[in-house]
Amino acid sequence: MTTGGIRIKAWAATACALLCGVAWANPKPGQLNMPRGVTEWSERPYLLNNVALGVCVVIGVLVFGAMAIAMVRFRKSRGAVAEKWTHNTTLEIVWTTIPVLILVVLAYLATGGLTTFADTTGSQMTVKVTGYQWKWRYDYVEYRGKAIDKVGFMSRLDAQSDETRQLGSGLDPHAVQVDGENTYLLNVDEPLVVPVGVKIRFVITAGDVIHSWWVPDLGWKIDAIPGIVNAAWATIKTPGVYRGQCAELCGQDHGFMPVVVKAVTRSEFEQWLAQRQARAAPAPAATAPAPAKQG
Amino acid sequence: MAHAATHDQHDDHHHGAPKGFFARWVMSTNHKDIGTLYLVLSLIAFFIGGSFAMVIRAELFKPGLQLVQPYFFNEMTTLHALVMIFGAVMPAFVGLGNWMIPLMIGAPDMALPRMNNLSFWLLPFAFVLLLSTLFLPGGGPAGGWTLYPPLSLQGQSLAYSVFAIHLMGISSIMGAINIIATILNLRAPGMDLLKMPVFVWTWLITAFLLIAVMPVLAGAVTMLLTDKYFGTSFFNAAGGGDPVLYQHIFWFFGHPEVYIMILPAFGLISEIIPTFARKPIFGYKAMVFAVASIAFLSFIVWAHHMFAVGLPLGADIFFMYATMLIAVPTGVKVFNWVSTMWGGSMSFETPMLWAVAFVILFTIGGFSGLMLALVPADFQYHDSYFVVAHFHYVLVTGAIFAIIAGVYYWLPKWTGRMYSEFWGKVHFWNSVVWVNVLFFPQHFLGLAGMPRRIPDYNVAFANFNMVSSIGGFLFGASQLIFLGVIVHCVFFSRKQALDRVWEGARGLEWTVPSPAPHHTFEVPPLIHDEDLAHGHAVD
Amino acid sequence: MGQHQDVYFVPSKSQWPIVAAVVLFLTVFGAGHWLNAEPGESGFGKTFLLIGFVGVLAMFFGWFRAVIRESLAGRYNAQVDRSFRMGMMWFIFSEVMFFGAFFGALFYARLYAVPWLGGEGHGVLTHQFLWNDYAAAWGANGGNGPARIGGSFETVPPWGMPLLNTLILLTSSVTVTIAHHAIKDGHRGRVLLFLGLTVLLGASFLYFQANEYMEAYRELNLTLKSGVYGSTFFMLTGFHGMHVTLGTIMLAVMWLRELKGHFTRDHHFAFEAVAWYWHFVDVVWLGLFIFVYIL
Repeated sequence: MTTGGIRIKAWAATACALLCGVAWANPKPGQLNMPRGVTEWSERPYLLNNVALGVCVVIGVLVFGAMAIAMVRFRKSRGAVAEKWTHNTTLEIVWTTIPVLILVVLAYLATGGLTTFADTTGSQMTVKVTGYQWKWRYDYVEYRGKAIDKVGFMSRLDAQSDETRQLGSGLDPHAVQVDGENTYLLNVDEPLVVPVGVKIRFVITAGDVIHSWWVPDLGWKIDAIPGIVNAAWATIKTPGVYRGQCAELCGQDHGFMPVVVKAVTRSEFEQWLAQRQARAAPAPAATAPAPAKQG
Repeated sequence: MAHAATHDQHDDHHHGAPKGFFARWVMSTNHKDIGTLYLVLSLIAFFIGGSFAMVIRAELFKPGLQLVQPYFFNEMTTLHALVMIFGAVMPAFVGLGNWMIPLMIGAPDMALPRMNNLSFWLLPFAFVLLLSTLFLPGGGPAGGWTLYPPLSLQGQSLAYSVFAIHLMGISSIMGAINIIATILNLRAPGMDLLKMPVFVWTWLITAFLLIAVMPVLAGAVTMLLTDKYFGTSFFNAAGGGDPVLYQHIFWFFGHPEVYIMILPAFGLISEIIPTFARKPIFGYKAMVFAVASIAFLSFIVWAHHMFAVGLPLGADIFFMYATMLIAVPTGVKVFNWVSTMWGGSMSFETPMLWAVAFVILFTIGGFSGLMLALVPADFQYHDSYFVVAHFHYVLVTGAIFAIIAGVYYWLPKWTGRMYSEFWGKVHFWNSVVWVNVLFFPQHFLGLAGMPRRIPDYNVAFANFNMVSSIGGFLFGASQLIFLGVIVHCVFFSRKQALDRVWEGARGLEWTVPSPAPHHTFEVPPLIHDEDLAHGHAVD
Repeated sequence: MGQHQDVYFVPSKSQWPIVAAVVLFLTVFGAGHWLNAEPGESGFGKTFLLIGFVGVLAMFFGWFRAVIRESLAGRYNAQVDRSFRMGMMWFIFSEVMFFGAFFGALFYARLYAVPWLGGEGHGVLTHQFLWNDYAAAWGANGGNGPARIGGSFETVPPWGMPLLNTLILLTSSVTVTIAHHAIKDGHRGRVLLFLGLTVLLGASFLYFQANEYMEAYRELNLTLKSGVYGSTFFMLTGFHGMHVTLGTIMLAVMWLRELKGHFTRDHHFAFEAVAWYWHFVDVVWLGLFIFVYIL
């Protein structure tokens, strides 16, 4: 049984990724920062995260530095005598104004990111995502102006992870691998297949309780709420397999309903879609279950 | 006949504490005894909630499920939060307020002493009700402490949790009313509002928050109850309601609630730092004004807990800006604490160590709070371990560190004896190291994509989870030292405490003997401004 | 008591708080058990609930009797009086916030939830994907949501019984104020008359309200289960009705106390507290009349 100790290779990969800013698809052991992501938008939260972190570090160094100096210089044991002042108007104005200015800059950056995120117009494809306890359903609604019928499927935790994750299974999570990459709890029986370079609109809802659809590499998560539809979009730049998880507590198996998005080239996707449509055409396949009607 | 039988109650409050155990502790009208009860309850809840956290960290020690079923894990996360918030942190502040507010403003007791006792005694019953659900056939609440519907409506124990919250709410409202009446009505002559200790100010403002939001929580959970048992459709879209409505109402309570747990902590730190810096607090009025602004802002930022529910764009922007504004008054407070230290004559007894750690670590929690306010980034942070790290920095190294600081600060006043400075420092250094080992790596886990409230995870998250768990076990174990220090101080310590326990301490509480007698200030004290921490209202 | 009795009053130990905690616990424990009982199961929940409820009544009786005796014994000075006033004031404020939660739910449902489900503004996709055939409207034509939960219903017309009830409560506010002035003037006969009138007005309000409920259930098919309209309607008016019931009982107690001569010209806080409470109940009703019935 492997111990989950520090593995040099993984750290090296992480360090390289951190320094070079290379996009990585999945969480790496020892990963320290948010992924840059693989969509046109996902750099926004990444950038904002880094800027805000930088601001916090600078302020932290100044404030904690001042504290440290005070704690060294003004010690009673060093013979410091307490001064009497309790007030300094200039200083107080300065340290009220400067934070406001910093906040204005951050707010400007954040607002820009938010408005682009909210704009789902111009999408060329629509996928409906429905959360259930404890699986996802994907229905392809529309692609490049054409409505798609009867292409949809459930996406569940893969069998190997499911077997391994049972209490007292005795199986080693490290052994759950796909192509040499550990996919324990991050793999499904059937991933969502989407094309790269296409603005995809996701319409997201749920069938029972609230879930949240999150793939860190797409740069966002959004709640899947029964009876309500939320929308978000992504234009994926690089082909690859991007993994995420349900991010809203949804019951006992909340930790076991991963999201896997497989981004392929446009031609590959069109081929895949045609196949699926052909398969669906002759016999009426299962359609999406009725929307949420709680009793 | 109206005047018959008016002497059935003998006034024994002039003669020290009642003799019988039951009469003293259960039928009490004494603010010190009731304060002690609150503090003891809080300590017990701290260890119960802590043991739940140990279960969580043990299961998360390595990938794969080793110890508990996922449903039980969810019960643990849910009850850990409820017990810590409503059982440990809030009662601790009420206990400190009960003990110290009358002493600090020269009042003989709380304004409504019998109601004070009821406020306390509702709590143990509420917790018996809440925790008993763990032993019911359907299990305890497992939908998170926020009780979001529709998930919470699936739970068999919803009615019990809701009623337990009702009882806690009644308790908090009565406690808050009592504190307001005490502060506004029972101050000794000469104790002007702007001469009050900052701790009293923060409690006054906190009490207003409590009265404003606890009834809203009661309303929200009542709607859950009727949605589950009586067929209403508040949170059911099919019936014209909206699950998100619950989140709005809940967080309208929830965000002020967060400040209910931190404002009195600000007050405590504002007492302790000047004492050990031997220098008056910097910017007294700015401190009070900052607390009031934070309290005001807390009512208009609630939806920042809901950026991922798909709010309209305008709402996202409004709540983001309002949330970011909070950084300004909070920054002012931190800068003022540092300025209080600057030019002082500092010594680092145990309470001061905790207070200094508070300022640094709470500020780190504030930084991650600022990051969380930025909506596009929050789309990534939301419901990840980054959030878990954030609120544990503000609640554990914020609220709880301040409470511990306050306990060390006033323990000699309560017991009349000194605690062991050596073991206090051992407790401090262990806590401050392990708490960071526990929570700091959780930032990384969240950024790397680990959602919160999951019992098992991909092996990529294994390293930091193991580090975090080790920190958790050792932080938990360190709190046993705290228990030891308290037990030693209360029962075994032989070192007498002075009336003015700390050289730099100012305020009326230090003018009464140590231990504080059962009844104090039965005659309003004469206030000498130089006795007060802030006797001369210049700024 | 020493010479400083005029300054501070601290009551001695009392059994009522612990009694209150126990009976409240019994009440909610019984209620919880009762709600969770299987249909047809004869659990102990009801028994506990009943014992608890009777206990609560007994506790109130005992606690207030103790307080009244202290008051009549002249133990309460001006400071205690002020504490009581603050207590009552902030208690009423907490009640305002409690109703605020339900008013908030009403406004949210009317202004956002229902229109969104019908496809307005933010709800375009929700309507398009889930509730295509729902034409949003408040009241009878859609107030029970897209699934028409509880079946079609009619609303209570505002200008019948609700208007009558409004007039009743407004009048009762006047009569209670006259009674207050009469206390200050020392006119006991007038106090008894107008306070008695107020009690009768409160009781008749409750009678009409009960009639309205029966009509709603029998003739209009408007029930607690009529979607969010029925939920907000009955929860708001129901909680208000409970408050009127409580207020009427308290007014009746005040009438009895006046009969016993408990109140003097300048020492009648209990009466004032109840009068404040009554005005509060009155104001809440005006909100209900406008926002629940008329609009």
